[in-house]
Amino acid sequence: MNFFDHKSINARMKIRVIVNLFAKIIFFAAMMFGLFILGVLLYRIVSQGIGYLDLQFLQSLPSRKPEQAGVYTALIGSVLLMAVVAPVSLLLGVATAIYLEEYAKDNRFTAFIKVNISNLAGVPSIVFGLLGLTVFVRALALGTSVLAAGLTMSLLVLPIIIVAAQEALKAVPASLREASYAMGATKWQTIVRIVLPVAIPGILTGGILALSRAIGETAPLVVLGLPLFLAYLPKSIFDLFTVLPMQIYNWTGRPQEEFHSLAAAGIIVLLILLLFMNFLAVLIRNKFQKRY
Amino acid sequence: MSIRSHFDKNLAQLKQMLVDMASQSENAIKEAMFSFFNQDMKKAKQVIARDYEIDEMEQEIHNKALQLITRESPVAKDLRKINVAIKVSSEIERIGDMAVNIAKSVIQIGKEKPVKEFGDILKMMELSLDMVRDALTAYYTEDISIAYQCAEKDDEVDQTFGKLVQKFLSYTPQDPNGMNQIIQLAFVCRFIERIADHSTNIAENVIFLETGERKNLNA
Amino acid sequence: MTITLVSPQIEVMKMDSIQEKNIVYQTSQLNLWYGEKHALKNINLDILENEVTAIIGPSGCGKSTYLKILNRMIELVQGVKITGEILYRNRNILDRSYQVEELRTKVGMVFQKPNPFPKSIYENVAYGPKIHGIRDKKVLEQIVEKSLRSAALWDEVKDRLNQNAYSLSGGQQQRLCIARCLAIEPDVILMDEPTSALDPISTLKIEELVKELKKEYSIIIVTHNMQQAARISNKTAFFLNGEVIEFAPTSKIFSNPKDKRTEDYITGRFG
Repeated sequence: MNFFDHKSINARMKIRVIVNLFAKIIFFAAMMFGLFILGVLLYRIVSQGIGYLDLQFLQSLPSRKPEQAGVYTALIGSVLLMAVVAPVSLLLGVATAIYLEEYAKDNRFTAFIKVNISNLAGVPSIVFGLLGLTVFVRALALGTSVLAAGLTMSLLVLPIIIVAAQEALKAVPASLREASYAMGATKWQTIVRIVLPVAIPGILTGGILALSRAIGETAPLVVLGLPLFLAYLPKSIFDLFTVLPMQIYNWTGRPQEEFHSLAAAGIIVLLILLLFMNFLAVLIRNKFQKRY
Repeated sequence: MSIRSHFDKNLAQLKQMLVDMASQSENAIKEAMFSFFNQDMKKAKQVIARDYEIDEMEQEIHNKALQLITRESPVAKDLRKINVAIKVSSEIERIGDMAVNIAKSVIQIGKEKPVKEFGDILKMMELSLDMVRDALTAYYTEDISIAYQCAEKDDEVDQTFGKLVQKFLSYTPQDPNGMNQIIQLAFVCRFIERIADHSTNIAENVIFLETGERKNLNA
Repeated sequence: MTITLVSPQIEVMKMDSIQEKNIVYQTSQLNLWYGEKHALKNINLDILENEVTAIIGPSGCGKSTYLKILNRMIELVQGVKITGEILYRNRNILDRSYQVEELRTKVGMVFQKPNPFPKSIYENVAYGPKIHGIRDKKVLEQIVEKSLRSAALWDEVKDRLNQNAYSLSGGQQQRLCIARCLAIEPDVILMDEPTSALDPISTLKIEELVKELKKEYSIIIVTHNMQQAARISNKTAFFLNGEVIEFAPTSKIFSNPKDKRTEDYITGRFG
């Protein structure tokens, strides 16, 4: 007896094909929805802010008069903040990931740590702000400085970087490690010469995502007590400063229409900064891929 | 179902082909011997005429064996089975040839009155026929003890052969026809002795098939 | 007067074959557990110098596990317990004082799937010498050429040493892995089903190479391909359920095995 009735199965074939088509349309619509909203957002911001975006805007300190106001302080502040966050979070994050993936024994303790790191990635940023306030600003007496804010932001993005780096390391084929070990290489030689070069593109992708988050974050900085308005430049990483998102927030809160357009221009600057960081990451990635 | 049931089936077929060929050959000897004792020319001619069948069967067995080697890459006992099938089929073919040779001698002797009693020749024929049967039974049942049993009889065949030849030498015929008959009789004895030798070779092959070791039983 | 039928040359050859070969690996009473699973049971095996020793057996019989003990790659697996002794050149490699990196410098390994590093052909071969501290470019170049020649790959790649190793075909990649392994001038080469991912011609090339390499190295090869074991090895060990069922000269194993289980396996009537 045959269990496979070709006739009735062929009859159902049409429905299956239609369901498949339907699913495809739904997914396409979902993608288009996001793309559309993003387009509208970009259009609104660019059309509103592009007129205010010039060299003077970049080079001026903030002011009460919209025609004189600029993002100089905030831009420098954001760049300085990144200068602290990027090395601290990347070094700590990658080192932690290497320990967890390559050195740590696969026991319950390690598993416990791994779960907790993943969970930390989901903790609200304001909690990190409170932590930074207690530890860095008060206990270590760093004050509301670039360093304190940078360390706080590093803690915030650290879990993301660790998880991303872990995934990148896991994606390195075990066969490559085996090949290296079988030649008599030590773990360290294997990591430096084989594993890291292969994992770096993945690590950088995760790292850039994390840094993008850090550059757009405001909540923890508000808790740390960063000013919304600062009319002078920080001289070192121990000085008071402000960042682009704070400046943008400040401007959007003002009643004058011109300030709203300034905010849009500020957003464009922030976006360009992000694009620039991504561009750097792509450059580094290509450099590593060429070495193969 | 065994993993290599197809191969096993083919090996069984090969063996069956060999057994068929062997029975044909055994028959040929019997007929040749019958024609010898009864001076039956017709039968002798039949034996000669039917020999090509045995030759053809041998070719078929060789072809089948080569085919199995190329297709199945046999090892160990499988390989020995095929190897032995090739060798045993050649031995059987030679036995068939001996039957033909005996039949030819029968025709040479013709209807002439026998110059001597066939007594010892009969005994020798029975012995070697026994050996053929033993060798083939050993091959069919894959039983080494029967193979050894077969080889043991070879000595007796050889001794009888020696005695007979001496007897023939001591006999001085009166007329040239008698001389011819003596020579033919000696030939027949020689052919029978060869049949026994081929049987021993078959027995050796059976022992190789079962143990993987080559023994020389014809010492 | 008697005539000597045996010529003097044949006499010399006989002397050579009688001469005892050195033992490379001497395994005694080796047992291994993966957690609760008793994966290797009481293994006793002597592996000789300048021979190809093939290890055959069905999947999960412990043959790869045994191979991985010989250069202690088994340590990468967690929850393994080993008892017994494996003497490599009269030193117990299971002894903790035996530095694993030292062992692996003498015992190279070629894996099932070709696994070149994502680097240039040159860098792949130079990797071993480099990690062991050879910096001199001239020396490195010589090592690379010698190793690639020994692996019968030099003529195919000499004009493109700086190309990525992944631009090579599968068979070439595997020979590159062999060259990489030869670059550290090992004493023993372990091969874990080295041709299972390759086409028949590439497979034959590797087999040819193995026959050539055994003049200088001792080779232990795990293979699923029984014809391969028959073609290239001097001795064959048949593993089943973690035990060595039969260990004998290859011609003996494949023509007249002693054990019924060996016969069933090699003739394909297993189970």
